Amino acid sequence: MQFWVAQTLNSLAFGGLLFLLSSGFSLIFGLMRLANLTHGALFMLGAYIGAYLMRAFPGTSLWMAALASGIAVAVFGGLLERFVLRRLAGNALGQVLLTLGIAFIISDGCLLVFGGDPIPLSTPRWLARPVFLWGFIFPAYRLAVVVLAVCAALGLHILLDRTRLGAMIRAGVDDMAMARAVGIPVSAIFTLVFCLGSAIAGAGGVLAGPILSAYPGLDGDMLPLALIVVILGGVGSITGAFVGSFIIGAIYTFGIALLPDLAYVILFLPMILVIAIRPNGLFGRMAV
Amino acid sequence: MRTRGLYTAVSLISLIVLPFVAGDFYINLATQVLIAVVFSASLNILVGYAGLSSLGHAAFLGFAAYICAGTTVTLGLPPLVAAVLALAGTTLLAAIFGAIALRASGLGFLMITLALAQVVWGLAYRWVGLTNGDNGLTGLTRPHPFGLSLDSPAAFYLATLLITGIALTVIAILVGSAYGVSLQGTRDQPRRMAALGHNVWLVRWTAFIIAGFWAGVAGLLYVYYQRYIHPSVLSMATSAEGLLGVIAGGSGTLAGPVVGAALVVILKNYASIYIERWNMLLGAVFVLIVLVMPDGIVPGVRRLLARRDR
Repeated sequence: MQFWVAQTLNSLAFGGLLFLLSSGFSLIFGLMRLANLTHGALFMLGAYIGAYLMRAFPGTSLWMAALASGIAVAVFGGLLERFVLRRLAGNALGQVLLTLGIAFIISDGCLLVFGGDPIPLSTPRWLARPVFLWGFIFPAYRLAVVVLAVCAALGLHILLDRTRLGAMIRAGVDDMAMARAVGIPVSAIFTLVFCLGSAIAGAGGVLAGPILSAYPGLDGDMLPLALIVVILGGVGSITGAFVGSFIIGAIYTFGIALLPDLAYVILFLPMILVIAIRPNGLFGRMAV
Repeated sequence: MRTRGLYTAVSLISLIVLPFVAGDFYINLATQVLIAVVFSASLNILVGYAGLSSLGHAAFLGFAAYICAGTTVTLGLPPLVAAVLALAGTTLLAAIFGAIALRASGLGFLMITLALAQVVWGLAYRWVGLTNGDNGLTGLTRPHPFGLSLDSPAAFYLATLLITGIALTVIAILVGSAYGVSLQGTRDQPRRMAALGHNVWLVRWTAFIIAGFWAGVAGLLYVYYQRYIHPSVLSMATSAEGLLGVIAGGSGTLAGPVVGAALVVILKNYASIYIERWNMLLGAVFVLIVLVMPDGIVPGVRRLLARRDR
């Protein structure tokens, strides 16, 4: 019983981390029609920046590191969008290849700077001890990650559905030409959304640190999962990213625990099912 | 036109003469170039002629290589049977992946092919009982077709050259055929093609299968060249290198993948002498090509020549 409870919490925590990665990817894709293949690398970059900050400035808490790293990655993402990707506006394939190239550069650059050994990020002390609830042991940090991911989802939901800015972003997702015509500054919103997505990915990388560590190949491990989440949940949908993340988180975690050989195949069954029945994803309104 | 025939004849003769004059290093380098050419040419069917950008083409190369190595080393099957099994299996895999990925087009297609290829990569890493995981499969020996030994670099080079020639000829015939024209039609005007009574989905699906088959051929050449297979062959970097070969050379041209793949392999070999950071260089070349020469070398040079002739 303890096994099932622990694995359930693990899968929820992993799903939460996946949401932090895939929500930004999905937003950027939905608004800008841009498959940002640097997203996994931004997640890893965030984790490494967090690890560096916590080592260079002892006493930096994980939360401070996540905040700083999120800001740093957001600035990086904003510059990337504004000065490089913008030059290829309208050329979807060119943009994908460019983000792919930059992902390779970031990933190799991290290997060069931080070396090949995994760097674990330390858990905040007050969350390091397990919690006992109803006779079961829960790692407190994983509970905190789930709570944070749910908060992030609520925050994004409120931002998109309840604010003026969110209405402008949704207008851009639904019909960019029309949004431009009625005077919405779509160009500035593009950069803003790219920064926002990058920030969540960067901070998510730091929050993933105590669970996954920062290691070379983290980007390659996470990006395909984010792609599957977005294909499953539907492009541009935060609800889709949320539901998809927890589905994939659960399948991945239980798959690794129960059938380690076949975890990857099991992962891709729900994707095939969704593509066959609902090519737009569970919550997507537009074609992928 | 006559000069073009002359160029072709000269380059063909120099390719055949090469193993008799060059050292082993250059012969092996040329073999690697040829294998990459077959791989990029197969991907070009999809990217260039069908207009479907796949980022998961390594799945087919790696799958064929793994079947070949696995059935030969662990089951002890003869090389011919292993090769037939590998190509049949890869074609089947391409049929399945194609059916899934072609539910989408454009960026969705790219993302689905990438995700599917990562699944194969993950399997090769994790299914240790079958693939020996991170240690890879070793102990493969090159076959002896018709009693000829392919163990020396020169002999293997010539065999690879023959197969590359066949592959490029078949692909050239395919592209020029009625089917090839309808394929390019579905790339440029899918709705019009559908209105004309063509089954766009079927045309694309067959292109996907054909591309997968030739990537499998490249995989066989690869595994017999290396006599070793490791999951990293299935990584996104392999797909990306193949795609870079297509884009850098010029997608949708016959010569493009040849030039592009040669460039990538030669760059990779020479760069690795001086620096360890191949992936960073690969990324930088990607950025450079996309920003500076988006339609590739072959169309670029052709445009320059056309300007000079005028």
